[in-house]
Amino acid sequence: MTQHAPGVGSNRSDSNIRIEFRKVSKRFAPQNAGAAPVTAVEDVSIAIADGEIVSLIGPSGCGKSTLLNMGSGLYLPSEGEVFVDGEPVTGPNRHVAFMLQKDLLLPWRTIRENIEFGLEIRHVDAAQRRDTAMRLLNKCRLSGFENHYPHQLSGGMRQRAALARTLAVDPKVLLMDEPFSALDAQTKMVLQRDLAQTVVEEKKTTLFITHDLVEGVALSDRVLVMSRRPGRIVREMKVDLGDRGDPFARRLSPRMGAYVKELTDLLDIGHQELL
Amino acid sequence: MSNANTLTPRMAALSLGVLLAFLAAWQWLPPLFNVPEFILPGPLRIWNEFLRMIAVEKLWHHTGITALEVVVGFVLGSLLGMVIGYVLGVSPRAELVLSPYILALQIAPKVAFAPLFVMWLGYTVYPKILVAILIVFFPVMVNVLTAIRTVDPDLINLARSFSSSRLQIFHMIEFPATLPPLFSGLRIASTLAIIGVVVGELVGGNQGLGYLLMYGEGQGNTAIVFVTILMLTLIGVLAYGAVVWAEARVLHYLPRAQHHAT
Repeated sequence: MTQHAPGVGSNRSDSNIRIEFRKVSKRFAPQNAGAAPVTAVEDVSIAIADGEIVSLIGPSGCGKSTLLNMGSGLYLPSEGEVFVDGEPVTGPNRHVAFMLQKDLLLPWRTIRENIEFGLEIRHVDAAQRRDTAMRLLNKCRLSGFENHYPHQLSGGMRQRAALARTLAVDPKVLLMDEPFSALDAQTKMVLQRDLAQTVVEEKKTTLFITHDLVEGVALSDRVLVMSRRPGRIVREMKVDLGDRGDPFARRLSPRMGAYVKELTDLLDIGHQELL
Repeated sequence: MSNANTLTPRMAALSLGVLLAFLAAWQWLPPLFNVPEFILPGPLRIWNEFLRMIAVEKLWHHTGITALEVVVGFVLGSLLGMVIGYVLGVSPRAELVLSPYILALQIAPKVAFAPLFVMWLGYTVYPKILVAILIVFFPVMVNVLTAIRTVDPDLINLARSFSSSRLQIFHMIEFPATLPPLFSGLRIASTLAIIGVVVGELVGGNQGLGYLLMYGEGQGNTAIVFVTILMLTLIGVLAYGAVVWAEARVLHYLPRAQHHAT
């Protein structure tokens, strides 16, 4: 394929890199004995600089979620390594937190207790947990709902609570797996703006998996396109729309269409390469 | 919530009307068809027998003994079911090894053990409690085990991503997640406990409502049998009600509709 790994921004110095997947492959044991192991991702290299948002787009089942699980240390790669701040990831660690399409709020905990969940696991004392939770409730525009239970909130609010829970442990890297794909179009746009502003303010490095091409372009500094299984990064596209904290403005930009067109074409190229 | 599910005063009156109509039919219909009272005593006859049994037959004493056996059997059987359910739930290997025996014991009719326990433990309260424990154990254990198996793996991954310990996963996710099915199991168990106790008392002993059933039969006194059945039902309603009450307190975070559905 290409000379240097396509996911690595060529103009960035290594010291700046927050999270890096270096020649990572993942194979899973087959369901029934005798069958060949399933390769979910193959030889993927991605480097994301501090404060950068990178979106990952590709067909279903291309191993995007596998990548994310390896980033958060839930699985270890079969080959290659994942680094966070230059340190190899050998298991779950405090620098990385993930957020999924499912909000994963615990129904028996209030919203505040849900936001405190990660801190409680890490034995942060109650007063400090509460301070952090209240600050994030405010930031995620959930003030007044701290004592509500998840079922009392709308889907958008629940996903904001999930974002607050993810931010509460103060990770350097956010790994997001289609976090807004279950929301209606308008709620989704509002949450995209909230996320974009939060990531800018809190200087989080983010890997954002999505099916939504416009969402990927509106939120990201770069968009990576993955192929069908076994997933490889087939192309990288830099997004040069400026003003990353305001996805509304980016959506309205006249150049938006060109980026989406390019991605659509790229995804088709991805198909042809592998069929 | 729709009107059909809420108890309006109108509905309550209707419900009470059904009861009164039933009692009236029971009182006056059988004599019309020449059904003798020793076959089917009417409500008034049963009420008089109830008063007589309180005075003469130590009805409250027997009811108390049975209630005690039910409560002790229910509590111990549920605790045992929970402990074994959680242990097997967190260690799939142990479940794999033990599952054929658990299945066999689950299929075996538990009440058939009653004579055995009476032979072992004599005409005391213990064999009755033991039958109740055995019969209560399975629905509780199976519900806990199934629930712990079906906890969303993403929830566990979420906890793991925060570097949780195994113990934290259990007490912060698995245990609370299994509470709704656990309570479904406890509801079933509360009604089964009475069956276990009564069968134990029928097999042998000289106290408890099961004994009164045998005694009434021996006397050819159908009214005693009816009174005893009503007392057993009363114990059952109270036991079931206690579980529902506890469930509403513990699972207060669930939306109401979900409460009624499960």
